[in-house]
Amino acid sequence: MRAQGLAAGGLTPTRTEGSTIGFFLFKRFASLVLTLLAASAVVFTVLDVLPGNAAEVMLGQSATPESVAALSAKLGLDRPAIVRYGDWMKGLATGELGTSIAYDTPIAQLVGERLAVTVPLALMAMALTTALAFSLGLFAAARHGRAGDVGVMTVSQLGIAVPNFWFAILLIWLFAVKLRWFSAGGFPGWSAEDGGGIWPGLRALVLPAIALAVVQSAILARIVRSAVLDVLREDFVRTARAKGQSPRGVLWGHVLRNAMVPVLTVMGLQFANLLTGTVVIENVFSLPGLGRLVFQAIANRDLVVVRNVVMLLAASVVVINFVVDALYVVIDVRLRAKRA
Amino acid sequence: MSDVAAIAPVAPRPSRWRRANFAIGAVLVASVAALALLSFVWTPWPAAELDIPHKLQPPSTSHWLGTDSLGRDIVSLLIVGSRVSIAVGLIAVGIGIAFGVALGLLAAVKRGWIEEVVMRLADFTFAFPALLSAIMLTAIYGPGLVTSIVAIGIFNVPVFARITRASALVVRSREYVTAARALGKSEWRITVEHVLPNIAAILIVQATIQFALAILAEAALSYLGLGTQPPTPSWGRMLNEAQQQLFQAPQLAVYPGLAIALTVLGLNLLGDGLRDIFDPRLARQR
Repeated sequence: MRAQGLAAGGLTPTRTEGSTIGFFLFKRFASLVLTLLAASAVVFTVLDVLPGNAAEVMLGQSATPESVAALSAKLGLDRPAIVRYGDWMKGLATGELGTSIAYDTPIAQLVGERLAVTVPLALMAMALTTALAFSLGLFAAARHGRAGDVGVMTVSQLGIAVPNFWFAILLIWLFAVKLRWFSAGGFPGWSAEDGGGIWPGLRALVLPAIALAVVQSAILARIVRSAVLDVLREDFVRTARAKGQSPRGVLWGHVLRNAMVPVLTVMGLQFANLLTGTVVIENVFSLPGLGRLVFQAIANRDLVVVRNVVMLLAASVVVINFVVDALYVVIDVRLRAKRA
Repeated sequence: MSDVAAIAPVAPRPSRWRRANFAIGAVLVASVAALALLSFVWTPWPAAELDIPHKLQPPSTSHWLGTDSLGRDIVSLLIVGSRVSIAVGLIAVGIGIAFGVALGLLAAVKRGWIEEVVMRLADFTFAFPALLSAIMLTAIYGPGLVTSIVAIGIFNVPVFARITRASALVVRSREYVTAARALGKSEWRITVEHVLPNIAAILIVQATIQFALAILAEAALSYLGLGTQPPTPSWGRMLNEAQQQLFQAPQLAVYPGLAIALTVLGLNLLGDGLRDIFDPRLARQR
C-alpha cells in the first residue's frame, strides 16, 4: 500500500503539497540568486579589483604608460570598482559583455560561437554517462555478490582512477593514429558551407564525449548499484512483489523511482566535474569550445573574456544544482513532507 | 534489466576480497611514497639531464622505459614526478583539513547564524571547482605549482567543513558529551577532547579520497600548462609532451598516465579499506 501511496502522491500532488513545493522552490530560487550574486562578486574582485590596474596585467610589463592609460580608459578603469561591477551586472543581464581585446569581437558573440561546441559535447557526454552508468549499475545490482557484480565494481574502480585526459590521449592513439577512424582533433563546424555539417560535427565530438563519459559513468554506476540495492531492501518492494506485480513493474514503478534521489544528487555534483572535464578535453582535442576560449584568453591576458567565461561556467554549476534540487521534490514525495 | 527487482539482496562480497583490495591499495600508496622519498637520494639518471642524441630511445638495460623527446630518462622523470603529486596532494589536503575542520567545528559548536554563514560559504565554494579557481589565479598571477596547490586546496575546504560539521553534530549529541558538559568542561575542551578524536576516522578516510582527487586535479592542471612548470618534471606535463609525440612514440603517453591511475587507484582502495575498518556497518551495507 505504501508503495502505491508514494507513487500516486508522486504523480498527483495535492493542493497543500503544491503550495509547500512552491514555497520550497521559492526559497531555493532565492538562494540561487544570492549564490550567483556572491559568485559574480568573487569573480569580479579576483579578476578586476585584485590585479590593481587590470590594463597593466593585460598589456604586460613592456607596455608604455600611454598604452596602459588608453586601455584603462577603454575599459573604464578610472571609475570606482562598484560602478564597474554594476555595469558588468547590467551587461550580464542584457548580454552586453563588452569586447574582447585579443579578438576585437563582442564577447557575447565569441561565447555564443563556442557554446555551439561545448553544449553539444557536454550533452553527448552526459547522455552517454547516464546510459552506461544505468546499464552497468543495474547489471551489477541484479548480480549482487556474484561474478558480474564484482567485475563491474572492479572495472568501475579502475575507471574512477583514470584521468579523463589520459584516456582521451589513448583514444586518439587507437582511433586516430592506429585505426584512422576519427581525426585526432579539431572541429569542422556545424555548417556545410564552412566544410562541416551536422554529421561531421557530431563525428568530431564522439571521441571527446566517450573520454568524458567513461570516467564519469564509472562513478555513477557505483551509485546506481548501491541506490538500487538499498531500495530493494525496503518493505514496499517486498509488498509490491507479494501483490504479484511483474519484476519490470516493480523495477520501473518503485525501485528506480526511489533510487533516483541519490543518483540525481551525484549527477548534479558530477555536472561540475563534467564541465571542468569539458574544459580539459576540449584542449586535448583542440575543439573550439569555451575551454579553448578561456585558455586562449589567459595566453592573451584577455581578462574581460576570462571573467565572463569563468562566471558563465560557475553559474552553470549553480543553476544545474538548483535544477537537481527542484527535481528531488518532483521525484520523491517524502522530501516534500520533510521540506514542508 | 527487469530481473533486478526479482532478486532478493544476497550476502555482501566476502571480506577476504575487501582485505585484498585494502592490501593492494596500501602497497601501491606505500610504493609511490617510497619512490618519492627515494628520488631525493637516487634516480637511475639525473631527471633534468638532456641528451638529444639519445632521444626517443626504446626500453633498454640502460634506460628501462626508454627516453623522451629531449633524451631524458623516463624512469627518472616518473620517479621525480611522483614528488610533485605527493607534495600537491599533501599540501592541498592539509589546507582543506586546516581551514575546513576549523570552520566545520565552529559551525557545529556555535550553531545559529555562524553555522548558516559557514554552510552557505561551503555551498558557494562548490561553484568554483579547482580548475575554475586555477584559471582565475593563473590569469592574474601566472601559472605555477603554488597556483595549482592553492586552487585545489580552496576546493578542499568546503568538503572538510561539511563533513566535520555533520560528524561533530552527531558526536555532540552523544551522552558522554552531555556528561562532560555536566562536569563543567568548556565547549572548546569538549571539542578537543571528545569531538575531534571521535571524528578523526571519518576525516582520515575523506583525506585519502581528497588526496586522490588532488593528484588527478594537479595532473590535469599541469597537462594544461597551469600547474607545474618546466623543468620540474610532473606526470601531467609528461602527458602533455607525450601527446605531441603520439605518432612517433606512443609509449610515452602510457607510463605517466599509468603512474597517475595506479596512485589514484591505490588511494581509493586504501580509503575504502580504512572506511571498512573504522565503520564495519558501512562495509556490511555495501
